[in-house]
Amino acid sequence: MRRLSQLPAGRRPCAFQQPPSLAASACLLQSCRRKSSSLSQRPDAKHVSFPGAVKSAFVNTMHFEQPASYPALPTYRAVDQHGEVVDSAFKPDLSDEEVIKLYRDMLTVSTMDLIMFDAQRQGRLSFYMVSAGEEAVSVATASALEKEDVIFCQYREQGVFKQRGFSLADFMNQLFANRKDPGRGRNMPVHYGSRELNIHTISSPLATQLPQASGAAYALKIQRMQDPSIPPRVVAAYFGEGAASEGDFHAALNIAATRSCPVIFICRNNGYAISTPTLEQYRGDGIASRGLGYGIETLRVDGNDFWAVREATKKARELALQDGGKPVLIEAMTYRVSHHSTSDDSFAYRARVEVEDWKRRDNPIARLRKWMEARGIWDETKEKDARDGIRRDVLKAFSEAEREKKPPVWTMFEDVYENLTPDLVAQKKALREQLEAYPDEYDLGEFESDSHSSADR
Amino acid sequence: MSRYLRPAARLAATARAQVARPAAVSPFLYKTAVVSGLQKRTYADATGVKEYTVRDALNEALAEELEANDKVFVMGEEVAQYNGAYKVTKGLLDRFGEKRIIDTPITESGFTGLAVGAALSGLHPVCEFMTFNFAMQAIDQIVNSAAKTLYMSGGIQPCNITFRGPNGFAAGVGAQHSQDYSAWYGSIPGLKVVAPWSAEDAKGLLKASIRDPNPVVFLENELMYGQSFPMSEAAQKDDFVLPFGKAKVERVGKDLTIVSLSRCVGQAMVAAEGLKKKYGVEAEVINLRSIKPLDIETIVKSVKKTHRLLAVESGFPAYGVSAEILALTMEYAFDYLDAPAQRVTGADVPTPYAQKLEEMSFPTEPLIEQFAAKMLRL
Repeated sequence: MRRLSQLPAGRRPCAFQQPPSLAASACLLQSCRRKSSSLSQRPDAKHVSFPGAVKSAFVNTMHFEQPASYPALPTYRAVDQHGEVVDSAFKPDLSDEEVIKLYRDMLTVSTMDLIMFDAQRQGRLSFYMVSAGEEAVSVATASALEKEDVIFCQYREQGVFKQRGFSLADFMNQLFANRKDPGRGRNMPVHYGSRELNIHTISSPLATQLPQASGAAYALKIQRMQDPSIPPRVVAAYFGEGAASEGDFHAALNIAATRSCPVIFICRNNGYAISTPTLEQYRGDGIASRGLGYGIETLRVDGNDFWAVREATKKARELALQDGGKPVLIEAMTYRVSHHSTSDDSFAYRARVEVEDWKRRDNPIARLRKWMEARGIWDETKEKDARDGIRRDVLKAFSEAEREKKPPVWTMFEDVYENLTPDLVAQKKALREQLEAYPDEYDLGEFESDSHSSADR
Repeated sequence: MSRYLRPAARLAATARAQVARPAAVSPFLYKTAVVSGLQKRTYADATGVKEYTVRDALNEALAEELEANDKVFVMGEEVAQYNGAYKVTKGLLDRFGEKRIIDTPITESGFTGLAVGAALSGLHPVCEFMTFNFAMQAIDQIVNSAAKTLYMSGGIQPCNITFRGPNGFAAGVGAQHSQDYSAWYGSIPGLKVVAPWSAEDAKGLLKASIRDPNPVVFLENELMYGQSFPMSEAAQKDDFVLPFGKAKVERVGKDLTIVSLSRCVGQAMVAAEGLKKKYGVEAEVINLRSIKPLDIETIVKSVKKTHRLLAVESGFPAYGVSAEILALTMEYAFDYLDAPAQRVTGADVPTPYAQKLEEMSFPTEPLIEQFAAKMLRL
């Protein structure tokens, strides 16, 4: 790993850390990927071409590298917590209207947090996960991606869905598992998915999405090799720092690097994995340092800084598409203001004052708001109007979705297999006969009627 | 030929010659008192029997074994600071310290591998999974390392480890969190697999699992943690262990044998009472306790008396524990059966999230009762 102190002075702060092997052998990788296995040794070379470390210099003193002797990787910021621009090279690339739209996306996620958490406590849905404190990571990263890019979320990225066009009704339909839920009521709340928005359905087991994201990126790359008229696309994969302890994380990064997959790994490092603080989660320099270890270009960014996260993702997308595709890692530093989920009471393991401190000291929504106010495009009145309006809209979507009918009875036979198997066909027929023979015994009023479903698929 | 290599083969050889012995008598009556998530112990009554929740029993077993043997330690996500995701390890951190009650990063494959390594090096880890659904991330460590290393090392590396955590469906957590792994682990040579139902089961089997020199998979049930059961005076002592491979006859009967495990035992007991009330028949209920080794002897004995067998479990039907019970019964007690042995299992579907569908996907008390009545042509 290259010592940071040796990096050229005056480099741009948003520069991605380049793993040395990549920098050194980029041309080699580009021209003939497999050549490293047949490198010849030159006599008297200062470097040895061990196949496993092609540019390692010989030294005559033994020295174990100390992780502590390397400074922590820096955290890129464009705007500080007072809303003031601190990166002189930074220029907002969005119109005022676009910024306001994204700000409203963050407010929407935040408003849903409060309403849905309470609704769960009232027993109106079984489960919810809030994203307080992490709104910028999801909204800003999503804003820098293309609609055609493919997304894998973990479960705390409502902002990604919102930014890409998931409507309040879409959220609520999933949460209430009604007939309009694209998941057909088969998943726990917050396990959204959308084919139109190119977002894979969220899967509960941690980190399983990461190797899959590498695979999806590999597929995109191959598709484009076969048909260059397809516009270049990347995969974005989200996860928390806790999930990065799973073996799948390491497998995903290694395979993405070795197969040169255009995938952006986006880590939300929010300080807690349920109750486990980062100090007990890992001992290295966060998640970012691991990217370098796998030969992946990496940036650590202030996750509470909307603009920094957006700039980082824009640049990451560019990098991911270079040289025929490669993975990029972004570690966004935030703080999980919320409880882990509605099943958790985080004050059992952290002090309330710690959370209050964070809320007061720094918050992604407040920071963007300050920036907007300084620019003169936002004020107290607009804030109040926006919050009131969003709250109204959320509650409206909420009550509509809650009243909506359940998916048709017949859908319960579907999708276990691509086509109904003969035994499922027989079961379905038996159910239909039963319902027709005893219509008074079964109240199907709650369910969408037959005609809309693919009953005889 | 192969069946003669199996431990129950001797039953086949002697099947006709044997005379049915009276089955063991249940030492206490089953009580259905359901207590909320709170820990609850009552004062001992005159006979010394106390009410214990399953959670309390597990907690006590862990505490006693930690106390008795300093090679024992507990490791898993949320087990220390948070007192366990389901509070099974409550108070253990305070009592035994952070060297023996260890919170782990979210790395099932990592901490399971670490626990297996510790066991191969002579410690006696108790490896908790938040649920067995998450143990799939670590199944290679359990199946390929824990279960097989003793054999493949030529017997020089025993692996005294206990894998424990809730197994099976819970309530409204969808298909990925609602799976029963009894059959999965039950099929692996080298593992011992137990599934407690009552508080006594929980305590006696967990202590036995920790003491056993082999890797043991200890399958709990989230819906049982808060349930209370009477705990006999003997079971309250710190030397109480239950043997592996021994089922328990929870209810004596003569008309039908119901074999079940884990939470379904309770449902079978309720169904048996219903059968008695409605039809006056006596069903014998066998609590399997141990999935591997499986106590086919007790089952065969019971079938010789009742001539009918119903297996009840909440796993998927295909290739399941019930399938094994039915097959063994057919092999060793075919001539004693008056009707085909039957099973009530979970439905062959990915567990639905919808509450009503979820309820319909698993055995219920009325379903078991109806099914038994049908079998008995009542």
